[in-house]
Amino acid sequence: MAEQDQKNKKGFLATANGQPSTDEFIKGLWRDNPVFVQVLGMCPVLAVSNTAMNALAMGLATTFVLLMSNILVSSLRNFIPKQVRIASYILIIATFVTITDYLIQAISVELHKSLGAFISLIVVNCLILSRAEAFASKNTIGKSIQDALGMGVGFTFALFCLGAVREVFGSGSIFGFSFFPENFQDWVVMILPAGGFFTLAIWLLIFNGAKQRKLKTS
Amino acid sequence: MSEQNPVKTTGDTSSFKMLRAMVGIGLACALLIVLTYEGTLPRVKRLRAEALEKAIFKVIPGTETKQTFSYTSEGGFVKQEGEAEAGSQLVYAGYDEQGELVGVAIEASGMGYADVLRIFYGYNPVDQTVIGFHVLESKETPGLGDKIEKDANFLANFEALDVSLNEGFSALENTVIPVKQGEKDKPWEVDCITGATISSRAIGNIIGSSTEHWVPIIYNNLESLATADEQ
Repeated sequence: MAEQDQKNKKGFLATANGQPSTDEFIKGLWRDNPVFVQVLGMCPVLAVSNTAMNALAMGLATTFVLLMSNILVSSLRNFIPKQVRIASYILIIATFVTITDYLIQAISVELHKSLGAFISLIVVNCLILSRAEAFASKNTIGKSIQDALGMGVGFTFALFCLGAVREVFGSGSIFGFSFFPENFQDWVVMILPAGGFFTLAIWLLIFNGAKQRKLKTS
Repeated sequence: MSEQNPVKTTGDTSSFKMLRAMVGIGLACALLIVLTYEGTLPRVKRLRAEALEKAIFKVIPGTETKQTFSYTSEGGFVKQEGEAEAGSQLVYAGYDEQGELVGVAIEASGMGYADVLRIFYGYNPVDQTVIGFHVLESKETPGLGDKIEKDANFLANFEALDVSLNEGFSALENTVIPVKQGEKDKPWEVDCITGATISSRAIGNIIGSSTEHWVPIIYNNLESLATADEQ
């Protein structure tokens, strides 16, 4: 315990040898990407990724909730008894989701309308609870921040990959800017739920193919 | 994972410690939520008012100022000052630069394909026509049902939709009805969209039932709506 405290005092990014490390951040982006590797939080991934803007907004909202809940869970990890830890984590996560809901309403009523019920459903996104239980409750605040940012950015990146492809083919535009010729027939299926599954499958193929290739070459 | 600090799994945890943790976290969370709500409320209200104003100006082209009116149980309109009580029946009168009444924006709702559709439409009492239409809330299928917001031919229905009153000014001469795409030949018919049939029919029916209720009331109370207050 004393050794742990000593390490904590060295700073957010300190490792055993005192050198800064960003391992916890990097892993969420690629090795343990929450969507392409862990396949977590599929409900918002498939439902809200019909446009690039919706995908980006949902990704950032989830990142904010993940970051704040990881900070609080990590800070209170010695204060919360084991028996009530899950209830406490849900309470903390639900609080930050409610705060995010108010903040998005204050940023743009239109954006809030297009994200709809999926903002409230961040509460039951298994990604957030899994990071609280598996990581933040056992690690320092600094590492928990890195973990949350890595997972959040990885989640946002994956959502954006899906949202961009679906908007380009489903609406013939990206961020509302149209670039296809006028006679381009939109692939309506791409902005329907089925299009979400197709796009996710293609991205999983690409991601895993790239991983396999990297493994072979190394 | 050599730097992990695992949760203590041994030893008895007293009820007091559990209670302290839950109550403490609960109170802190409640405080955070209340502070955020209070902090964001003024801006949220302002944005909602702006969105409403934008919708009113869209459904009544040529509007420069607006005034909210509440329909009373005695059968007349009174100016609505401040926030309306829940359940109030509101209409929004739009005026031009000279303060002349251009039209009245009315909110209506009804069941669409996926969920309740909330819309705004503009009524011109001089021409006795519906002159604009805007969707306030819709959960219709993207790419199909949401054509009601984008399809130019469908939106053209609401540029001069006939809602003339009968000779006694007590009811509509002809109720607005939805018809199949391409079959519109009367000025009170709404040409629907193939591929978004249920949603576009729903809009026709919502406007039909709402105009049946509101148009005679507004037309017979035009004097109380005709004066503008700068807003």
